[in-house]
Amino acid sequence: MHRIINRIGIICLGLLFMIPLLWTAVTSVTPAENMLTRINPFAVQNPTFANYLEAWSTIPFPVYYRNTLLIVGGILGVQLLTATMAAYAFARLRFLGQSAMFILFLVQVMIPPDILIFPNYSIMKELHLIDTKWAIMIPYWASSFGVFLLRQSYKQIPYELDESSRVDGCRWWQTLWHIYLPSTIPTYVAFALISISTHWSNFMWPLIVTDSVANRPLTVGIAIFAQSFETGAQWGVVTAATLLVISPLLIAFFFFQKQFVESFMHAGIK
Amino acid sequence: MKKLSFLLIAFVLILSACGGGTSNNGGSGVNRAASTQNTSEASGGTENPPAEEPVELSFYFPVAVGGPITSFIDKLAADFHTENPSITIKPVYAGSYQDTMTKVVTAVQGGNSPDLAVLLSTELYSLLEINALEELTTRFEPVYFDGFYEAFMSNTKAGDQVWSVPFQRSTIVLYYNKDKFKAANLDPEQAPANWDELRDYAQKLTVKDGSGKVTQWGLEIPSTGYQYWMLQALALQTGTNIVSNDGKEVYLNKPEVKEALQFYVDLGRKDKVMPEGVLEWATVPSDFISGKTAMMFHTTGNLSKVKADASFDFGVAYLPANKTYGSPTGGGNLYVFKDIPEERKQAALKFIEFLTQPERVAQWSIDTGYVGTTPAAYETELLKKYVADFPQAAVARDQMEYASSELSTYQNGQITKLFNDNIQAALLGNMTVEEALDQSQQQADEILQKYRK
Amino acid sequence: MTKQMLKDNLLAYALLFPSLAFLAIFTFYPIIKVLDWSFYESVMSVKRFVGVDLYQQVFQDEVFLKVLRNNLLLAAVTVPISILLAMYMAVWVNDKMRGTSLIRAAFFYPTLLPMIAIANIWLFIYTPDYGLLDKFLGCFGLEGQSWLGDPKWVLISMMVMLIWKEAGYFMIFYLAGLQALPKEVYEAAALDGAKPFQRFRKLTFPLVMPTTLFVLIIATTNSFKLVDHLYIMTKGGPNNASNLLLYHIYETAFSFWDMGNASVLTVILLVILLAFSIIYYGVLDKRIHY
Repeated sequence: MHRIINRIGIICLGLLFMIPLLWTAVTSVTPAENMLTRINPFAVQNPTFANYLEAWSTIPFPVYYRNTLLIVGGILGVQLLTATMAAYAFARLRFLGQSAMFILFLVQVMIPPDILIFPNYSIMKELHLIDTKWAIMIPYWASSFGVFLLRQSYKQIPYELDESSRVDGCRWWQTLWHIYLPSTIPTYVAFALISISTHWSNFMWPLIVTDSVANRPLTVGIAIFAQSFETGAQWGVVTAATLLVISPLLIAFFFFQKQFVESFMHAGIK
Repeated sequence: MKKLSFLLIAFVLILSACGGGTSNNGGSGVNRAASTQNTSEASGGTENPPAEEPVELSFYFPVAVGGPITSFIDKLAADFHTENPSITIKPVYAGSYQDTMTKVVTAVQGGNSPDLAVLLSTELYSLLEINALEELTTRFEPVYFDGFYEAFMSNTKAGDQVWSVPFQRSTIVLYYNKDKFKAANLDPEQAPANWDELRDYAQKLTVKDGSGKVTQWGLEIPSTGYQYWMLQALALQTGTNIVSNDGKEVYLNKPEVKEALQFYVDLGRKDKVMPEGVLEWATVPSDFISGKTAMMFHTTGNLSKVKADASFDFGVAYLPANKTYGSPTGGGNLYVFKDIPEERKQAALKFIEFLTQPERVAQWSIDTGYVGTTPAAYETELLKKYVADFPQAAVARDQMEYASSELSTYQNGQITKLFNDNIQAALLGNMTVEEALDQSQQQADEILQKYRK
Repeated sequence: MTKQMLKDNLLAYALLFPSLAFLAIFTFYPIIKVLDWSFYESVMSVKRFVGVDLYQQVFQDEVFLKVLRNNLLLAAVTVPISILLAMYMAVWVNDKMRGTSLIRAAFFYPTLLPMIAIANIWLFIYTPDYGLLDKFLGCFGLEGQSWLGDPKWVLISMMVMLIWKEAGYFMIFYLAGLQALPKEVYEAAALDGAKPFQRFRKLTFPLVMPTTLFVLIIATTNSFKLVDHLYIMTKGGPNNASNLLLYHIYETAFSFWDMGNASVLTVILLVILLAFSIIYYGVLDKRIHY
């Protein structure tokens, strides 16, 4: 009995969670003149793509997409490298000051660079990196979260495998490449997806360190756009633009959904 | 727990060691990014006889009113480039006025100064304080400055020095829906002329349904972002201004200002002719266009947007008087920055001159609704004809006679914010009018104190 | 020290070095720098040593106190609610039934969306009269509110939005945590006839404690970190009723150019976050095994 009640509850909750997205989709194809007068906010009377066309022509989307892709890729690439190295050290090596180092890394989980916008802005100024994509990326090149995630799954690899490969004459990087990487792919996928969605979404920091269209990511571009189109009659254009920004994430998610959730579970995050 | 605290101490020690080391590391470790400035197309000069070096200008501008402002600006930049092939203007849209100011100051402080920007006329003292501006007094002939309306010029000056050129200037006007006036048996050609009439009309225009729920409001005065501006208008109508000419004194708790704020508050809380609480700056025009309110106070900069979208006949009028008519000016000026090469300053001045030619001012005014900044613009055929067909466009200009300069002080952002917060508190009923204004005055005095020596 | 140990030490630090370097430059160095600056009054360009004066001023500043209260309130409400919701959702979507993965997706997708996009959407949901929420309430004859314009409602409106965004994220961690639970214990409990709620309280809840610790830290950090929506929705208004610490820092630093106060505020935020972490570890440390 309780099973059914809870099942129904969870389905209703799921529907509730979907409403904003559904409504956004409907609004984005509603003509401007129907926006304020429509009675049923989910009914599509005269669907139109005019809102998308207007959004596309007003906002330099190709530039923003390119910037966001470059930034997201630039961050993820370096993060994978730094996190893999550090995670291996934490998982498989015994060294002096290990716990202290661990705490040092933990600090970044508690105090992410997002909190330090003000001092980090000054540092970027000193480095003369203001209004560059580097400024957006560099502070995120070390990811303690990534280190902990990978360390956790490295630890699940039987130590004997490691030893036997060493006996076979493998150097540590060969062991890493041939044994650790292949058996922790789900963790890498999970981390990559989290990193991509986090940095795709980042706003405050790019807003502060970029000035020009040439360096702005999607989020900053659309926020600045929405600032001038807050009035009700423009809902169609703003929701269309918003969907253009989030659709790559949503498509990627629905495509990888199963893999994503499962890799997360297998990553054994505790 | 003991172990943990030991580790934390260790962490602090290591942390301080790291801190010392990295400060040196940082400077040399990362390459200085290639500056985007001075990247002119090398090929451009070879085709034509090289009269001038190609110059590229970054031009920051905000959007504060409806309508496709960005495409108008892009077109102006393109037209200018056709006339002056050696100069390319790169417009950078940076959000609201506040956002644009933030971006500009960030850029200036980052040693990456823009060349030219449209910013609120009221940011003058803040920009002077960081020594960002190029003085324009001697850059133009005096007769050039005389060509602008005096009320607009007053916000460009600190003492006798001119630091900016009027561009998208506005005042507040009363918009009213003539159809709703007719429906309420009011003369659609007769806007309320004083506060009593305003309240009276608003009462007649407030419509309730059977259950007592209001379906149409009499009046909306926005109260986010620019409520200080709205209150300043009401104070001017009551006979006082709230700021001195040197940006060092404000008079926020004079009896006239209290009367003005009381009126602003009562419209919503006592007379019930305006929605209670906070009214979003950007949704007020939507409410007017959709018929949710019969009248609104708003910037004349929204005139063209309302004209394009309203499906009914609407009128524009002076803001009603209390003791006198009055409205502050508002909007943005063109600023040239100091920390850029001379040839770019020259190019920027040229572009300013281009933007302020009578025909361009006229076209800009028609496109947006902003007030033409020069009497000469109103003498052009273009604007004459427009005003003849659409007399509403002349109201803001005529109201200039009663206009005064907008609240502008040192630390303008902070003063505006605290004043805005306190006004909202009064509108929401969290503070009395007295408390809100006395507190504003006291806080503003604390901030401005150090500039008064 | 044996040769092998020396080699391991060298290798370990060589491997840690790249991460450490970036951590040092963009986490540790800024922390020290901002601590130093917080003792100087500095608006626009002038800079003057004032000791702890700025701290004293800040703690008497009504706006700051309000912002701090808002933020603590926001954390106190959203963190537990979204965690409990996440647990509930995780327990009930942790099966292979048809349609379950769709429900999981419905819970999870808000997590992926940028706060800016969420703000654009929810701004319209909360718009008085024409907004989705008011239209919905209208169906039941209920009167809408000025959700974002009324100081009574604005923070609550933000909380609802944040819970919607965050719960699905935490759910994933719990799903992962549930996978690792020993099946045998549950079977035994089922044989003993334990009621589902009892089973949850006595078994699941304690067993996912390590996950809860991790999620608590992330959730608390997020409740101080997520402020992007304010830029779109309210700018912290009305009268600072929705203002949060990080947004207040942004305003102070980049609108008022008050470097001294921005530093003081940043230090306060850091202290709050560290305090939370230490409390969590102190109280919940026993069950965590890294």
